Amino acid sequence: MTTEAPVKSPSTARFLSQLDMTAPPLEVRNLHVEFHTTSGEAHAVNGMNFVLSQGETRAILGESGSGKSVTAQAIMGILDSPPAKITHGEILYRGVDLLKLSDEDRRRVRANHIAMIFQDALSALNPVFTVGFQLGELFRKHRGMSRQASKAKAIELLDMVKIPAAKQRVNDFPHQFSGGMRQRVMIAMALALEPEILIADEPTTALDVTVQAQVMGLLSELQREHNMSLILITHDMGVVADVADSISVMYAGRVVEDAPVADIYARPAHPYTKALLESIPRVDLKGQELAVIKGLPPVLTNIPPGCAFHPRCRYAKDNCKVPPEPPHYDVDVNRVAACHYWREVIES
Amino acid sequence: MSDLIPSATSDEPALQSSSSEGAGATGGTASLWSDARKQLIRNPIFVISSLYILVVSSMALFPGLWTDQDPRNCIISQSRKPPQDGHPFGFNILGCDYYSHAIYGAQPSLSIAIGATVGIVLIGGTLGLLAGFYGGWVDTIISRVVDIFLSLPFLLGALVFLTVVKVQNILTITMVLVILGWTTIARVMRGAVLSAKNLDYVLAARSLGAGNLRIMLRHILPNAIAPVTVLATIALGSFVAAEATLTFLGVGLQPPEESWGIMITDHQVYFLEAPWLLIFPTTLLIGTVLSFILMGDALRDALDPKMR
Amino acid sequence: MTDTPSKFGEVVLETKDLRKHYPLTQGIVFKKQVGAVRAVDGVNIQLRRGETLGVVGESGCGKSTLARLLVGLEQPTDGSIMLKGKDLSKVSSRDMRSVRRNIQMVMQDPYTSLNPRMTVGDIIGEPFDIHPEVVPKKGRIARVRELIDLVGLNADHINRYPHQFSGGQRQRIGIARALALNPEIIVADEPVSALDVSIQAQVVNLLERLQDEFGLAYIFIAHDLSVVRHIADRVAVMYLGKVVETGNEDEIYEHTTHPYSQALLSAVPVPDPALRGLRDQIILEGDVPSPANPPSGCRFRTRCWKAQEICAQEEPPLMVRPGSEHPSACHFAEERQVVGAVS
Ligand SMILES: Nc1ncnc2c1ncn2[C@@H]1O[C@H](COP(=O)(O)OP(=O)(O)OP(=O)(O)O)[C@@H](O)[C@H]1O
Ligand SMILES: Nc1ncnc2c1ncn2[C@@H]1O[C@H](COP(=O)(O)OP(=O)(O)OP(=O)(O)O)[C@@H](O)[C@H]1O
Ligand code: SF4
Ligand SMILES: [Mg+2]
Ligand SMILES: [Mg+2]
Repeated sequence: MTTEAPVKSPSTARFLSQLDMTAPPLEVRNLHVEFHTTSGEAHAVNGMNFVLSQGETRAILGESGSGKSVTAQAIMGILDSPPAKITHGEILYRGVDLLKLSDEDRRRVRANHIAMIFQDALSALNPVFTVGFQLGELFRKHRGMSRQASKAKAIELLDMVKIPAAKQRVNDFPHQFSGGMRQRVMIAMALALEPEILIADEPTTALDVTVQAQVMGLLSELQREHNMSLILITHDMGVVADVADSISVMYAGRVVEDAPVADIYARPAHPYTKALLESIPRVDLKGQELAVIKGLPPVLTNIPPGCAFHPRCRYAKDNCKVPPEPPHYDVDVNRVAACHYWREVIES
Repeated sequence: MSDLIPSATSDEPALQSSSSEGAGATGGTASLWSDARKQLIRNPIFVISSLYILVVSSMALFPGLWTDQDPRNCIISQSRKPPQDGHPFGFNILGCDYYSHAIYGAQPSLSIAIGATVGIVLIGGTLGLLAGFYGGWVDTIISRVVDIFLSLPFLLGALVFLTVVKVQNILTITMVLVILGWTTIARVMRGAVLSAKNLDYVLAARSLGAGNLRIMLRHILPNAIAPVTVLATIALGSFVAAEATLTFLGVGLQPPEESWGIMITDHQVYFLEAPWLLIFPTTLLIGTVLSFILMGDALRDALDPKMR
Repeated sequence: MTDTPSKFGEVVLETKDLRKHYPLTQGIVFKKQVGAVRAVDGVNIQLRRGETLGVVGESGCGKSTLARLLVGLEQPTDGSIMLKGKDLSKVSSRDMRSVRRNIQMVMQDPYTSLNPRMTVGDIIGEPFDIHPEVVPKKGRIARVRELIDLVGLNADHINRYPHQFSGGQRQRIGIARALALNPEIIVADEPVSALDVSIQAQVVNLLERLQDEFGLAYIFIAHDLSVVRHIADRVAVMYLGKVVETGNEDEIYEHTTHPYSQALLSAVPVPDPALRGLRDQIILEGDVPSPANPPSGCRFRTRCWKAQEICAQEEPPLMVRPGSEHPSACHFAEERQVVGAVS
């Protein structure tokens, strides 16, 4: 793909000069997001931390309601506020705190540097415009291209995401595509302006396994080609094992374990991660009961004090039940776990 | 099994609060009405309009509570006297107390509105339910009939009907309003039933072997109550207005009946010399119509989970 | 399907060439049929007492339609369903209710499958209102409490509403309702798909425990192949309204012979990073064709890497092929190791 230089304004120049290209593409520090609800403040994200390195695929893994999407939306600056409110924290893009930027700069980052793919591709595409028009729009708006040139770009992109007969399909409307193809169009759209960072929020959850395999294969291929950094949000332990370099496991809006992928699967250091892995059915244990995590996920308006996982944890002792919450203990060089008893967990 | 039971019982504490959290995610419908009630009580527009309706209804039900005068006790010499002590609305052309007139006038207006609303809910509701539930030719026939009635202009239809039957009393006026008004309820009902018909829990009941009647009454109808209530409340307002309009056009209630419509019609020519004769009934009428419509609006917002 | 002796009891449910075609119509007033969606198109399955038959396949292949046919929510276009040896199409409508009692359903979505305006007690007790002969009126409340207890909920919650429960707990309520009439067969259409991983295991364990306790037979529909592997004794793989391969769990997962099953299994991601890149992943090209207009011959041929001319001309029957012991509907059925497909 050719890179036509974006139209530069003085403020763009100022923004670009602030960037520290030696800093990691993205770093989230102690992020807190609350939702105002009728039953009180829902603490959806409570001290989220992670670093995304250049070219890395980082999986954010967690159950429904653990705050994965809210984190992604906070990074993109598309949180619905109110009711959402970022109460603490920093989101550093190449060393610049996105939360301190003007709306205009924020939009610019969103368009050119960080892109996102949503779970529900159908509702993310506009049903009344052709796919080609929607793809081309990006180039007309952000690259100042002509109609002709932008259409050529659109075809090129559809080709890139392996949509057969791209020349004809550009004139089709979203509903004329199958689920997997729509998700590929979404990927094309996200990659159009060659972002450095791509956030994929459950990109394949709505798809069949066979189509999921197509889409995930395409995504990792493109990531390698473009040397992007990828944040993959999912609750599927299988998908993670296939593509991620490192994993942040979330529970109740907080990272409870952060480690390279191989370590997590081989020797989990947090009871929650361990329990999740154990609850996956295994061939050699057929005929036996599945291991269960007892109890229910926490209620976000009333998160248990101390370690949020303690009511469901089989390692919990008295100090887990009282504040402060367990800090991120260093388990290894690249590895932290928020459990007082991580040594016991990792050894058992 | 051993860890199943304890796990379920250990849910105890979480369960209590899960209702509050679940509300956002799952939109518990059982709490729809209780949530709506809470929201309505805090809505000043709803509170004021329902108070107004309460006042007007008590006028219709117990006029004696509001006045001890007899509206038919008229002294011609008092004709068109302005409001004064003891006679807050003054006197009409025949010299009757206008205030007691207005109080007694509430009853026919409201009877017609309530009667017509009950009528459209029964007729429109039943036909809409049948059309939506059975589909196929039942639906085709009912929907076509609805289309035909919808294509009738309301006023023209009412004028023709009332002129033809010649008798213009509470009953005939109610009838014409029902005949021309049931279609809106039928449509809303049909829509609600259609969307409820394939809900999972309806299918679940069906797979248990539940009969049609049980499915309709127990599982489908409750889904239609909210939209129908909203529409019926708004219809009450429009029927109060419709009664006045028909009377004004000369095909509605006729004197010696007393209604706000008649009061307006009879005194339209005296607006310049005795404006209160027009202002009092009109204000009462508009207040009632508006209150019903605002109540309907507030209900709609309160019952719509998306508005929260 | 062959009638090999098995460790399970007698056949309780059997379908013969079962079909459901939904007409596609045009026009509003004068409807004209312009074709049909062949949602289920000639399915033969057998289920024995105490056995679990897993049904897997991509979205739209007809799994839910099959389930709805089995529990009587839809009438078959053709073919028959035999419940304990009785052909359902020949049962008089008077006997139908008591026959139907034997087969109950658990639905996919725990949030929509319970009437939000009814209490848990009313929901689980509704089957008794519909079939008053099952439990005498006096014993009902006791029976409902027993059922609530059986699925691991607190019987004191009998007067609560569904929204006061979590997804997993609601699914237990749905299971209790299905158990109320003492059925022998339960059709579960994706009973754990809507649940979180940590909750799924609880529900799967419950289903297995109930099966052991009451000798229930399950039709377990799912798209999660590893859950099916865990719970199923036999598996039927569906593609575009047809069963393309069936066999016991080991035959399907370790010795699969149909290219579609192979592709499906190989596409399942394995939760083990050590196997990354080592697996023989078959990535299918293209999309599932429309069931209104399925390809001639073998329906899978448009996406199959083995397809030859014969595949377009002749429909391969579901039968045991040389070199394998279980039925497969492929002209070129051949075992292929799909390394560590589903762990
Ligand atoms: N607009 C909103 N208003 C109120 N609460 C919200 C809103 N959006 C999200 N939440 C709450 O924030 C919490 C975290 O939600 P989030 O969408 O991040 O979960 P998730 O981890 O992405 O889960 P899933 O796997 O279901 O997508 C949830 O409890 C949710 O109810
Ligand atoms: N009532 C209906 N009218 C017309 N077509 C239908 C109807 N119900 C289902 N279909 C079609 O029949 C086919 C099979 O649908 P079905 O719901 O059985 O698939 P499924 O295997 O359960 O898929 P999923 O995994 O998505 O639940 C689909 O193409 C669907 O569009
Ligand atoms: S801190 Fe305590 S409660 Fe939390 S996970 Fe570790 S052992 Fe369990
Ligand atoms: Mg999410
Ligand atoms: Mg289905």
